[in-house]
Amino acid sequence: MTPLLETRGVWQRFGGLVANSDVSISVGRGEIVGLIGPNGAGKSTLFNLIAGVLPPTQGSIWFDGEDVTRMPAAERCQRGVGRTFQVVKSFETMTVIDNVIVGALVRNTVMREARRKAREVLEFTGLAARADVLASDLVPAEKRRLEVARALATEPKLLLLDEVLTGLTSTEAQTGVALVRKVRDAGITVLMVEHVMEIVMPLVDRAIVLDLGKVLVEGKPADIVRDPKVISAYLGDRHAVGA
Amino acid sequence: MGLLYGLIAVGLALIFGLMDVTNFAHGEFLMIAMYLSFFLFAFFAIDPLLSAPLVAAALFVFGAVIYLLIVRFAMRAKANAGMVQIFTTFGLAIVMRGLAQFFFTPDYRSIPQSWLGGKTISIAGIFLPEPQLVGALVSMAAFAGLYLFIHRTDFGRAIEATREDPGAVALVGIDKNRVFAFGWGLGAALVGLAGAIMASFFYIYPDVGASFALIAYVTVALGGFGSVFGAFAGGIVVGLVEATTALVLPPSLKSVGIYAVYLLVVFIRPRGLFGSI
Amino acid sequence: MDKDFAARRRRDLIIAAVLAAIAALTPLFVKDVVVQNILILTLMYAGLSQSWNILSGYCGQISLGHALYFGLGAYTTELLFTKFGVLPWFGMLAGGVVSALIAMGLGYPFFRLRGHYFVIATIVIAEIGLLLFHNWEWAGAAMGITIPIRGDSWLKFQFLRTKLPYFYFALVLCCLAWFVTWWLEDSKWGFWWRAVKDNPEAAESLGVVVFNSKMGAAAVSAFLVAVGGSFYAQFVSYIDPESVMGFQFSLLMALPAVLGGIGTLWGPVLGAAILIPLTELTRFKFGGSGRGVDLIVYGTLIVLISLALPRGLLSLFSRPKKTGAAR
Repeated sequence: MTPLLETRGVWQRFGGLVANSDVSISVGRGEIVGLIGPNGAGKSTLFNLIAGVLPPTQGSIWFDGEDVTRMPAAERCQRGVGRTFQVVKSFETMTVIDNVIVGALVRNTVMREARRKAREVLEFTGLAARADVLASDLVPAEKRRLEVARALATEPKLLLLDEVLTGLTSTEAQTGVALVRKVRDAGITVLMVEHVMEIVMPLVDRAIVLDLGKVLVEGKPADIVRDPKVISAYLGDRHAVGA
Repeated sequence: MGLLYGLIAVGLALIFGLMDVTNFAHGEFLMIAMYLSFFLFAFFAIDPLLSAPLVAAALFVFGAVIYLLIVRFAMRAKANAGMVQIFTTFGLAIVMRGLAQFFFTPDYRSIPQSWLGGKTISIAGIFLPEPQLVGALVSMAAFAGLYLFIHRTDFGRAIEATREDPGAVALVGIDKNRVFAFGWGLGAALVGLAGAIMASFFYIYPDVGASFALIAYVTVALGGFGSVFGAFAGGIVVGLVEATTALVLPPSLKSVGIYAVYLLVVFIRPRGLFGSI
Repeated sequence: MDKDFAARRRRDLIIAAVLAAIAALTPLFVKDVVVQNILILTLMYAGLSQSWNILSGYCGQISLGHALYFGLGAYTTELLFTKFGVLPWFGMLAGGVVSALIAMGLGYPFFRLRGHYFVIATIVIAEIGLLLFHNWEWAGAAMGITIPIRGDSWLKFQFLRTKLPYFYFALVLCCLAWFVTWWLEDSKWGFWWRAVKDNPEAAESLGVVVFNSKMGAAAVSAFLVAVGGSFYAQFVSYIDPESVMGFQFSLLMALPAVLGGIGTLWGPVLGAAILIPLTELTRFKFGGSGRGVDLIVYGTLIVLISLALPRGLLSLFSRPKKTGAAR
């Protein structure tokens, strides 16, 4: 069976800067895959290429057996790619449920159904009690959850999570981890970018480590954390040698 | 002419661009300056050219006061800040026009004879009207001064820094209101200068500002917000375009050329020629 | 909770119906022509502002060039009427379609612009329109068009003896604009527009084609404003470029919505109901002297309201927690 998502030899250059060089990764159906790496490794760039914010300089991106390399973001969403933003982008003047309805409208053209779908998603993500609050009045952790809820309302096959767990308190992060599991159990494939390894490693089935724009290693979380290349990338060479 | 537009525009650029506040009363600042210059001439027989510094100084105070009394509050609006600024200053413009009508009557006035009015000067066989020429010279000097001021002095940099991040600026002990009031004063003073020069060859009436204000906006936007040099360049482009369209189109259509060029420029460069925001 | 929502929508509709009914009955009591005139203008501006609000309030694309569509509506109707004898009703429709098409044509380059650059572009394009009409001999140039009297009938939409039919048409126009807004507010488009206004990038990621959303809003908005322009032309029976395409119309359309509450269902109506009578009354009371007192009063009010209530007058009525809930 073809993987749900595949990047083939993707390059992205910004002027003289190479953010991604020859990145080929694949995400299988039903997996939770972590995309990790130190700061400036090119995670966010790759993430944006997959989400369709901009097309890659070179290479191709395949989703669900289709070449989506040059497809605009809105269309990818219709094909089943949902995403969150690292810097939260709620619709601030709208209520929580209205935020989610915008997402639900992708698959439900009748307002009443979109509204019902949005309710469902709010229940699922534990935001139901805050449905009629303005998005601007949410606390940061809730805003993150709203991002996920909005993306889920589009009924994606693949959910792209951009540092949704970073910067949360440990209790909040635990709730977040539980939510991601729940999403996977609902049959949605998850690709999550995280900077902090400790949070994601117990959660993901497979991790891909980027460093300096290239895929450094990929594999089971248990193997990744022991890989000397990963340790040196994260901690700097001196530590690796010392260890 | 272009340089005068540039001078009006650069005052606006300072307010509009550097501080990111919309000022729809800019044309009315110009109107006030022209009236001031007119009355100084009518009552004290001071030639507009001489009164220009006085007018500029008066406008400086006026601009700063307007900022402190009104605009300061418009900038603090929590919701719809853009619209609040537009309509506060628009309301202000209406009030100023009303006041002008009330005190100065809607009659057209002009300064019958001044050192500059109606004279021409011949340089290498080309005849140039003196007022415009002097206007151009003054504008260039003002630009140069302002450019140096913004880029070379601490205060100039403070204006820019305050726009970027008022919070951080407050931390280093700069009072945002002081900086902005000064900026408004300076912007108004430049308009005052332009107004004084224009008073010697333009009719003066309460609505005179409106016709120049739009051109000034276009000039600023053409050059790009946030750039003094942009406003200067915009002024020159506008002047040239106006002169060129005057050759091919009837005079009533001369502004069309300017507008068309603006649209063309922003379609190609959505931030104007030298814009940073 | 969804019941609450449905109930609020129904309540809005009922309030509107009651208000419309009251408005429809006013001519029974108000016989004064000056007052009737004010009522007509109030209804017209409420409708215009409501239409402006669709593009600028809901979709967040602040246009200060809507005078262009107002003028196009007026000119299309009257040119068709005077030159080809086309009935104003068809002219009205034609004006709306022409304006909507032009709005969409302009949308291609315009919607790439942001912030001040966009606003100035809208002002500039309306000024270009104004200047072109000023110099267009066939369309009467600066002299404008005097609409010939062809009889007193609904067919020709001309009434000589009474202003009442204009009043009812203005009421219908206002109700139409309100109803379209009400209907769109709880539709896919309404949600898309608000999403686009708040955060285009996030909207795009949720399957909203931002560009198309803006185009839709521009077309609806321009169409309705043009219908208003056609009406105005018939109402005053004389048009020239300044009187239908001047910059002041762009501002007058925006003002009620801004003062009442931008991007809200009731803002434009509320704003117009207060602002227009006030404008006309100050002009009536102080304007005769030609000394600008009306301008001073009017301007001061605008400054005060803008400063005191940045969310508009409507924010006085809604509980703080709920502000924006319906928007």
